[in-house]
Amino acid sequence: MSPFTEARMHLAVELTAAGRHPAAAAWAGLDPAALLSPAHHAGLARTAARRGLDLALLPHTFHPDAGPLLESAAVAARIAPVVSGIGLVPTATVTHTEPFHVSKSIATLDIVSAGRAGWEPAVSRTQAEADLFGRKPAAPADVLWREVAEAVEVVVRLWDSWEDDAVIRDAATGRYVDRDKLHHIDFKGEFFSVKGPSITPRPPQGHPVVVLRADEPEALPVAARWADVVRISAPDLPSAAAARERIRAAVAGAGRHPDDVIVLLDVEVHLAADRHRARRDLLELDTRAGAELPPSSVRVLGPPTDLADLVGTAVRTRAADGVTLVPLVLPTDLDAVTDRVVPLLAGRGLLRTGRAGGSLRSRLGLSRPANHFVGASS
Amino acid sequence: MKKQIHLGAHFPGVNNTTVWSDPAAGSQTDFSSFVHFAQNAERGLMDFVFLAEGLRLREHRGRIHDLDVVGRPDTFTVLNALAAVTSRIGLAGTINTTYNEPYELAVQFASLDHLSAGRAAWNMVTTSDAFTGENFRRGGFLPREQRYERAAEVVAVTRALWDSHGAEVEHHGPQFDVRGRFPLPPGPQGHPVLIQAGDSAQGRDFAAATADAIFTLHGTLEAGQAFYADVKARLAQHGRSPSDLKVLPGVTFVLGDTDAEAQEEAVRIRRQQVSPATAIAFLEQVWGRELSEYDPDGPLPDVEPDVDNVSITRGRVRHARDPRVVAQEWRDFAAAHGGLSIREVVIEKTGRQSFIGTPRTVAARMDEFVQRDACDGFILVPHLTPGGLDRFVAEVVPELQDRGSYRTAYPGPTLRDHLGLRHPHAPLNARKESA
Repeated sequence: MSPFTEARMHLAVELTAAGRHPAAAAWAGLDPAALLSPAHHAGLARTAARRGLDLALLPHTFHPDAGPLLESAAVAARIAPVVSGIGLVPTATVTHTEPFHVSKSIATLDIVSAGRAGWEPAVSRTQAEADLFGRKPAAPADVLWREVAEAVEVVVRLWDSWEDDAVIRDAATGRYVDRDKLHHIDFKGEFFSVKGPSITPRPPQGHPVVVLRADEPEALPVAARWADVVRISAPDLPSAAAARERIRAAVAGAGRHPDDVIVLLDVEVHLAADRHRARRDLLELDTRAGAELPPSSVRVLGPPTDLADLVGTAVRTRAADGVTLVPLVLPTDLDAVTDRVVPLLAGRGLLRTGRAGGSLRSRLGLSRPANHFVGASS
Repeated sequence: MKKQIHLGAHFPGVNNTTVWSDPAAGSQTDFSSFVHFAQNAERGLMDFVFLAEGLRLREHRGRIHDLDVVGRPDTFTVLNALAAVTSRIGLAGTINTTYNEPYELAVQFASLDHLSAGRAAWNMVTTSDAFTGENFRRGGFLPREQRYERAAEVVAVTRALWDSHGAEVEHHGPQFDVRGRFPLPPGPQGHPVLIQAGDSAQGRDFAAATADAIFTLHGTLEAGQAFYADVKARLAQHGRSPSDLKVLPGVTFVLGDTDAEAQEEAVRIRRQQVSPATAIAFLEQVWGRELSEYDPDGPLPDVEPDVDNVSITRGRVRHARDPRVVAQEWRDFAAAHGGLSIREVVIEKTGRQSFIGTPRTVAARMDEFVQRDACDGFILVPHLTPGGLDRFVAEVVPELQDRGSYRTAYPGPTLRDHLGLRHPHAPLNARKESA
């Protein structure tokens, strides 16, 4: 991979139905039924794609307080055929779900999106979530992240369990598949065992892009071992820069090249004509929600130039390799980003110019990974 | 008005019915194949497109079975993506209740129903084999007698969640303990259409109590009429009417410009479906022993089946009958037909298509099955991907329409509308939840 340059800055956006703020839909007067419609979700992704954003992160949780929430892998699949050019990265939690299902779900998203799939594994922390499944109690962070490590390993090994050229369709011998190129993964771990192979062939990207949050110390070794993209949150840019260095050191410690991992800083965004107006909006939002929404990371409340300035500084000071914009209110904050902020960033030479085609991996400058099993006997 | 025929379109699957060696056979996994298949079925105004599922690659004699199509994409993901490129056709997926949890399934099917504007259907299967379980946390297997207990409990929990409108649901049963709130309002259909596959008495009872359609085997007209009468009669005891459950046998078909030409084509297809190697594999499945030394064009083996080796082929439904009886039947059949070879016997015993003839002949015969109450329609299982339904849509559908037995437009936006099913209502489900 090419060394870090400003021109390689990556721009992601988190797309929920109505934005991160819990009162966003009510404040913006959105019809709750429309938030469940495919047209709404496709419209958001299309807006982001049109202005050349690299990837859309589609969060998901089983926590019942999260509000009306479609499964994000379903949303990604529903919009993939009708929104081109942008990477689609649903969250799939691994605490109460089956790694075998997750593996084929993301592999298939890669198929239906022609190589634009990613996956953000996440944990379910609460007893409320555990009670929905009734199989095991809530667990502490160290246990949860050890389980993530196993789940990601299983998912990736299952992607590799078919070699790229396993389907041979050899009419002469009557063989559809070369079974020497299909592999049992024979995974046995602390939390589960999975035999394999997958029922789904190796996806177009080989490995869809793995996105992991590394805010907790327990998550860092998992990200260092498996992530292509690491999400961080930080109260300010110096803290982000320190986190990025920590992550790059951990990646190197795991035997990988630090430039093979892209660190994206979450930036909460609500844009308005000026700072006063943006803060007044937030006050209204908080009032409507009945509680103040504390910032989860750096937050920009102000005009588009404020966001462009912050992003520019973040990249220049190497606080991150790019940012994940987290709109507090959708679709208005996304519209402002694409209409106003992206042209500013492009004008400052911070974005790649021209059209990026092909897979999400190639868009992110990541190579197509070799298959773990190639050369191994079955 | 004449009784109307319902049609489902089964995407050609992972078995030897699907011919991959034909020059017209395309990819089994490319999304473009699914798009072609579903859009063509929608042009033919079919009720739904249907995806099968198998959660472990089949193995034969301890190795992955390599003679048939292997592998398929994830069911939910393909159906959600198909919702983007179709507008009316129902989207039916086979999803296992043994290796999924009801809360997650409820979210997944509600999401599909919302994202497809009311076109989701669930073909519910419950497997019991430890072989498949090796891919899952749950591992192990489900005792056979618990299969329908588990299926019924999954239906009860998922329906309670779909109907909950934000209220807390609490369920405690032998299979599941689920407590909490559901994050979505009911989908446009209230409940996705529920399809049950399985012809056993237990399966029929389960279908009569809970399902909207039953995916059954196709046989003679008389056998179909007996099955149809039996299943429909079971509905009353569950407070349901005969129109609440559609009987849909899976069928194959071969079309030709003349009936004779269709018969010739049917023979050609059967030989593609049963290659020499596939014939031996089938034989080994019945005999329970390795028979690779035998000539597929030679006579059946003299050696007797190994009745103890019942798991030579794993990951597919096996013959439930005594293999010695089957072997003798095959030998008698070969002798009675002038000494058929192994491959010829396997072709005759496993491969015969349901409907063979001109589009007019096929339409007339299918209509007869429906009008004479052997079924309410069919799930079509073509032998080619992705174009296996093209000629059926272009030529048989108009014949069915000319007979007044098939729609000329979709009756409504949802799959329940297509199938003429009622929208589920709360009181019925409150009763089930407490069961």
